[in-house]
Amino acid sequence: MSLPIAPKPAQRRFHQARWDEPIIFELTNPGERGVLVSQVESGIRDAVGDVLADLPAGMRRASPPALPEMAQMRVLRHYLRLSQENLGADLNVDVGQGTCTMKYAPKVNDALIRTTKLVDLHPMQNEADVQGVLGLIWNLERMLAEISGMHSVSLHTSGGSTAIWTNISMIRAFHEANGEGDQRTEVVTTIFSHPSNAATAKAAGYKVITLYPDADGYPDVEALRAVIGPQTAAIMITNPEDTGIFNPGVTEWVSLAHSVGALASYDQANANGILGITRARDAGFDVCHFNIHKTFGTPHACGGPGSGANAVSEQLEPFLPGPVITKNGDHFALDSDRPNSIGKVAPFYGVIPNLVRAYSWIMALGGEGLRAVAETAVLNNNYLMKKILEIPGASAPYATGRRRIEQVRYSWEELFQETGITSEEIGVRASDFGMHYWTSHHPYIVPQPFTLEPTESYSMAELDEYAAVLAEVAREARETPEIVRTAPHNQTVHHIHHDDLDDPERWAITWRGYQRKYFGA
Amino acid sequence: MLAAVGAGSTEDFYADIPASLRLNRPLDLPAPLVAEQDLVRHVEGELNHNVSTKERLSFLGFGTYNHFVPAVVDEVINRSEFLTAYAGEPYEDHGRFQALFQYQSLMAELLNMEVVNVPTYDGFQATATALSMAGRITGRRGVVVCSDVLPDKVSRVDDFVRPNLDLTFVPTIDGTAHVEAIIALLGADTAAVWVETPSCTGAVETAIRQLADAAHAVGAILVVGTDPIGYGALTPPADQGADIVCGDIQALGLHQWFGGAHGGFIAVHDDPRFVMEMPSRLFGLASTDVAGEYGFGDVAYDRTSFALREEGKEWVGTAAALWGIAAGVYLALMGPQGMAELAETILARTTYAQARLGALAGVTLNDNALHLREFVIDLSATGVDSRTVVDRLRPLAIDPGVVVGEYELLVCVTEMTTQHDIDRLTDAIASATASSTTQEKSA
Repeated sequence: MSLPIAPKPAQRRFHQARWDEPIIFELTNPGERGVLVSQVESGIRDAVGDVLADLPAGMRRASPPALPEMAQMRVLRHYLRLSQENLGADLNVDVGQGTCTMKYAPKVNDALIRTTKLVDLHPMQNEADVQGVLGLIWNLERMLAEISGMHSVSLHTSGGSTAIWTNISMIRAFHEANGEGDQRTEVVTTIFSHPSNAATAKAAGYKVITLYPDADGYPDVEALRAVIGPQTAAIMITNPEDTGIFNPGVTEWVSLAHSVGALASYDQANANGILGITRARDAGFDVCHFNIHKTFGTPHACGGPGSGANAVSEQLEPFLPGPVITKNGDHFALDSDRPNSIGKVAPFYGVIPNLVRAYSWIMALGGEGLRAVAETAVLNNNYLMKKILEIPGASAPYATGRRRIEQVRYSWEELFQETGITSEEIGVRASDFGMHYWTSHHPYIVPQPFTLEPTESYSMAELDEYAAVLAEVAREARETPEIVRTAPHNQTVHHIHHDDLDDPERWAITWRGYQRKYFGA
Repeated sequence: MLAAVGAGSTEDFYADIPASLRLNRPLDLPAPLVAEQDLVRHVEGELNHNVSTKERLSFLGFGTYNHFVPAVVDEVINRSEFLTAYAGEPYEDHGRFQALFQYQSLMAELLNMEVVNVPTYDGFQATATALSMAGRITGRRGVVVCSDVLPDKVSRVDDFVRPNLDLTFVPTIDGTAHVEAIIALLGADTAAVWVETPSCTGAVETAIRQLADAAHAVGAILVVGTDPIGYGALTPPADQGADIVCGDIQALGLHQWFGGAHGGFIAVHDDPRFVMEMPSRLFGLASTDVAGEYGFGDVAYDRTSFALREEGKEWVGTAAALWGIAAGVYLALMGPQGMAELAETILARTTYAQARLGALAGVTLNDNALHLREFVIDLSATGVDSRTVVDRLRPLAIDPGVVVGEYELLVCVTEMTTQHDIDRLTDAIASATASSTTQEKSA
């Protein structure tokens, strides 16, 4: 064959890297070293002697830990190969992980944080030496206060779920301070709110009441009215919910909560479509949280570190985690003298690299820019919904004919009934085309669910490509279902067997566990 | 795109949001810096107001530590494929699963335990969860705290566990556990005996075996909170009877980051009573359709809040996975010999610093315990309080430690601290605590 080169086929002929890497322990070569350690100076040795020999009885490790022995280049090569076997958001049209806002994390922000002025800063340094970072966090707090309409913000938590925990911990402290700690024993949430609202409330000692939507998928205010009372500590809800449906009666929900003395806590994990459109405090919420790593453009880091923001009304400000940053003139200080504070929620002052990235992300956009982010994300979502609903067998249960905000929870139920192919199987096959895909949180209220959130980052052509992949897999499900059932075909590894993962006799959570159970080592 | 979906404007998409909730003005935020170069100039300008520990001589610890980070660690975790990935399946994200399985496995070797979690947020959370696990396993409320614990850590742990557990603090003797007093408190309501080693003053607990035996005698669980930096040469707590070992991984390949780079580990023996109480994800090996392929998956997923909402164990969410990958790379680079030498270097320099500072007139060591990395000096006999010493060393570009009492200073020494650095600190403190007349003359 000669030039010209034929046009590309309709589907990308993707294949994930396949290095067939061993587990790192198999790469050991006794005597090799990856990095050498600063040695004890002769002057110190002369002064203190052999500190290991002098250890108290039983305190010296009998034999060194059985870590692999590897030259530096071999460690690097092994991990670089593993990195190639990983599909970062930078490499795919990452709209398949709904609820998680997989937007572009600008590289300039990664570059900005790698200064020794941040990397090598210690949290106990004199305040005068850390004015730059304190001022930057203080300003980020104020920006998030404006975005949420709230009075005060804390940025100490290192993820979304721990920020939700911080919400309920402050609520608990508030009721205790009012002498109602024993009376208020219940938290109300909805099934389409993130599961961590239920889970953190339970961990804080509350009974959890989970409400289901009305027939059209909207949160059911009558259901709320039926369960709240003087025993209610809080409602903890996501809005828009994980269906992408905004609760039009949200102020009534908040008012109902307040009418019985409960607080209203807003999970803003799904805030990307409403930045600059509507604000938590304007709906009456007492407390909310943002996932900095979702809405504010920091990378998701294989599952953390993320970063959380807790924003509160003036009434709840005394309960914020401590210390808080104060500003006097041009000087920033740390205030720990806060008797009502819930105390620490994490070491020191939050996930600093992500806070600086988020500050920079907002500073690049401004108020109009944030609104443009929201509007673009919402346009992208409604466009993608149209493309998905054109695929035979796909549907978007609830709110039929209505628009959605930033994401949609879809269903393959019709396709499943026709072909027996599940949503999980479709997701695995979609990965063969270089696309990530996720079903939804459990339980699967929407049958055979999948949740797509395109964010503002993707173009029309990229959304078309993603929809075309799902259309192709749906076609395969009907015409060549074995290809779907036996997927993946283009991945690092083939179909994985889950049989051993739930059996304590057979699971292998570490290499040493595997060696003991299967090789008697 | 609007035409494709039959919308007149993006306003159509917000039809469900009541007009009364609409923000009918732009957000009041600073004017944007839309040119990348302007943004860089601004943010760099702000950060340049900081003075980093590299511009000073730092003996600061107290939970965040200045250890060396090999270049390969940053090279790996800054790879776009790892940095920007999130929650892919073990097919398109095979690399993430393997890297974290290896982290679990490498930590397991260092700790001599068989099960380690995908990292949780930090050592505070790891400890709060470890104690909560003990409460759930035993069905009891009592926790006896044997060591000096960072006040911030106590704050976090107590706020987390208080619906389920009651903490009782037993004052330490000479820096470490008051074994007799602790044993006297143990009983049928004791869920856990909690040891911190090194403690928040750097004291290494040498009575873990006794405490473990006493805990086990009443059906309680021994929880050890630790920093694993020394276990290349020190006996890991599992060898002394610990049931759950937990702590922070910041020391294993993570920079100081103003205290913003922490990750928590929880390690247990491979006993389903313990494993099934862990809230975090656990990545396990699995076979595939092809012989010789390593696959991975979630072990016992139905423990988690992802699977069961509030019926799961606590909760799981975005935590500190990338820091786990970093710690794994760090341990692979260090190897057994590196970790052993590192422990020796830190121990020797700590001992040297104790000897030098403790020999100064009026300066004493707070206790006679074995110390790793940190120790407290008492300046009361010098008549100069610790805040004043810190202030007097400030113009010399030395941060001598963390003020932990009117006359007490917590000094931290790592492998980054040389003999020359320690000698400099010693001379500076000698000058700063010399008689006030001398001080006035020199001032």
